[in-house]
Amino acid sequence: MVKLNAKIPAGPLAEKWTNYKAHQNLVNPANKRKLDIIVIGTGLAGASAAASFGELGFNVKVFCIHDSPRRAHSIAAQGGINAAKNYPNDGDSIYRLFYDTIKGGDYRAREANVYRLAEVSNNIIDQCVAQGVPFAREYGGLLDNRSFGGAQVSRTFYARGQTGQQLLLGAYSALSKEVGSGSVKLYTRRDMMDVVIIDGRARGVIMRNLITGAIERYAAHAVVLATGGYGNVFFLSTNAMASNGSAIWKAYRKGAFFGNPSFTQIHPTCIPVHGDYQSKLTLMSESLRNDGRIWVPKSLDDAEKIRKGQLKPTQLPEEARDYYLERRYPAFGNLVPRDVASRAAKERCDAGYGVGSTGLAVYLDFADAIKRLGKHVIEARYGNLFQMYEKITDENPYETPMMIYPAVHYTMGGIWVDYELQTTVPGLFAAGEANFSDHGANRLGASALMQGLSDGYFVLPYTMQNYLADQIGVPRFKTEAAEFEQAEKETRDRISKLLSINGNNTVDSYHRKLGLIMWDYVGMARNKEGLEKAIGMIRELRVDFWKNVKVPGTNEQVNPELEKALRVADFLELGELMARDALIREESCGGHFREEYQTPEGEALRDDKSFNFVAAWEFTGQESEPVLHKEPLQYEFVEVKQRNYK
Amino acid sequence: MDLTLKIWRQASAGATGKFVNYPVSGISEDASFLEMLDVLNESLVMKGEEPVAFDHDCREGICGACSLYINGRPHGPDKGITTCQMHMRNFKDGETIVIEPWRAKPFPVIKDLMVDRSAFDEIIQAGGFISVRTGGVPDANAIPIPKRHADLAMDAAACIGCGACVAACKNASAMLFVAAKVSQFALLPQGKLEASERVRNMVTKMDELGFGNCTNTYACEAECPKEISVSHIARMNREYLVAKVTAPKE
Repeated sequence: MVKLNAKIPAGPLAEKWTNYKAHQNLVNPANKRKLDIIVIGTGLAGASAAASFGELGFNVKVFCIHDSPRRAHSIAAQGGINAAKNYPNDGDSIYRLFYDTIKGGDYRAREANVYRLAEVSNNIIDQCVAQGVPFAREYGGLLDNRSFGGAQVSRTFYARGQTGQQLLLGAYSALSKEVGSGSVKLYTRRDMMDVVIIDGRARGVIMRNLITGAIERYAAHAVVLATGGYGNVFFLSTNAMASNGSAIWKAYRKGAFFGNPSFTQIHPTCIPVHGDYQSKLTLMSESLRNDGRIWVPKSLDDAEKIRKGQLKPTQLPEEARDYYLERRYPAFGNLVPRDVASRAAKERCDAGYGVGSTGLAVYLDFADAIKRLGKHVIEARYGNLFQMYEKITDENPYETPMMIYPAVHYTMGGIWVDYELQTTVPGLFAAGEANFSDHGANRLGASALMQGLSDGYFVLPYTMQNYLADQIGVPRFKTEAAEFEQAEKETRDRISKLLSINGNNTVDSYHRKLGLIMWDYVGMARNKEGLEKAIGMIRELRVDFWKNVKVPGTNEQVNPELEKALRVADFLELGELMARDALIREESCGGHFREEYQTPEGEALRDDKSFNFVAAWEFTGQESEPVLHKEPLQYEFVEVKQRNYK
Repeated sequence: MDLTLKIWRQASAGATGKFVNYPVSGISEDASFLEMLDVLNESLVMKGEEPVAFDHDCREGICGACSLYINGRPHGPDKGITTCQMHMRNFKDGETIVIEPWRAKPFPVIKDLMVDRSAFDEIIQAGGFISVRTGGVPDANAIPIPKRHADLAMDAAACIGCGACVAACKNASAMLFVAAKVSQFALLPQGKLEASERVRNMVTKMDELGFGNCTNTYACEAECPKEISVSHIARMNREYLVAKVTAPKE
């Protein structure tokens, strides 16, 4: 049995990262020129890592799936990015950001990683401002902050409702600077097909050119996967259409362990599902919970009338409304963490109090805030979100409350990495949402942007050197090696197989079916029976897919159906691993809620004796069962408690 | 809703394209424009015909990937939104909708409705950045920035790089796109230091790539899904003039 080594540096929590940097190995400038690094993905983590590697003097090849690196899905993050600056003088500190993140993750994240994240959070803000990111400012010219869920301080920096866009464009500009200077070579419209392993180390990748269909080989001394999360396994999610799990799934199949695959974040404030033609769900930023109040009718009768359109929400008097988050969690109110808010919405809707035509929606009401602050203030804070809501739903949220419902948003799980962000395959690294590392079982709002940029700007540029220091004598690889040959052949065989089936069902029809299975049994509430059923259903669907899917066209052309088919084929395997992971974790923690394990008040009930570990899954073959490895989590610096937001 | 779609089909960059009519029926008014195209593509796949290729990704109006010229207007009839945010309730039952790719020489068609916009990336690579490296930067609050300037910079920075401005312009000018970046950085103290080199390099690259000149029709502002103001073009022209006048002699 492999023993997982997280390589956490010795010493007190606050000194670990400083100690690591003081003692790590470095590569001198002359040698950096001889070393090649491949980065897959140009979101916050990938773009910032590639730019930083280029600045250091490494030869970098960076790949993105889109026509431009600026389109990565980090761009869609709305609300903000956390940092422990304590500019508002409201009691924040690195320790408090660390503590909130550990607690928010329901004590299922690594202390040392999370502390480092909090520690470098301040550098990120400095870096972004220096790049010209136009964060919101106060009249005195200094940076403004707002609050997000799971915190009692205001530590979130923002750029209107487009923070992800502005941070990504900052990283994209840094990347473009390096592409312009020649240290980074940019490859657009490429999909990763496989990782190439030579003598146990990651030494290259197989890519598909999405315009010509060419299967291309690239070699390097190290490979970084920054390909985001796999929330699209649910078909309907807030992820972009092209967001996929294929790169990390290929890495898993090549020996990288998969950490906590079942840990999925269901975001409480999304525009509810309507119609079966729907292709994706739209998030309404968590920042709205700063000023919006969430409620459903107090009586079943009123809820029924609202659903039938006989009563309007604005007609319901104050005493007939149930502000259930404020009622259940007076200390945090509408700003409880996402998992808690999502479950509370589901609980009300399941009990029959839901609104909207489907009954699967709750209200997010700004009437009080508009009365208190004026419409212009709300417009300045959330104008673009309100506009987006109105375009989609045809309702004016300044006049009638928004309707929202939870939707799949983020995956805390991902490729298992050690403190250096290295996977169990030497030379293969994973950054940003693609790794499992910092958010435990639930991610706090405004922490994804922080983690992506932390990994790319401030962690990998150090840890990569520690890895490459003993690689300076290794000459550039030739892509004629047998391992490249083999990986390319496997890719070509898979594509040929998909194109040859010529069955009766479209790729999307399988994806929708998989999504429904995942949502019903591996979604917001899970139980043993359902998970076992899901595993069987996914297997059957997978067999059917490989018999009856219809993928038109050829490989040697622009072929979006083939691109989708390759991704859905991987989702059909990944979905099963998620269900399996949820099945063995016989406790509830964060976003993982097992109905069998809850407190009398319906809160998540952890079992720290038996499940205080990271589940790291090892692939053992297409037909054999994956093997579970456990990385025990040790809490030396915080006291592990039942989460309490009351 | 029942509709007729008149769509530009072109097999590859070098091929000759043509319009093809496709009837679609039973489309919900609440569906988005791209979801309507998904429905068409599903039916084409099942009939064994080639689906229509178009760029799209986030489907919430921020990534800038979608780029359809609908009934003669970039991103269609509604104001201040991208194609993906347009919903079918903006159209009438029985209508014929004409769908084309962006048409501009620097944006060659790749296939059907997909075009190559890498020229925009090249312009950014020529100077659309502030030359700071990772690390070693001052505290974020070390340089206060007047809120008015920060807000104006944000207005410019909202550009999503979709290329609607170029598609809307009879000259295929990229002035609004370039001006948005030049203006954003010129408004911030961090960006002022290399403002002259930036505007010179970006404008030179823009011209080199074959984008046309600006003749002040303001079609770009009218069609910009982020409603970026042409006043940024005025600011860029000012920056450019200053840069030319003060440029060191060779």
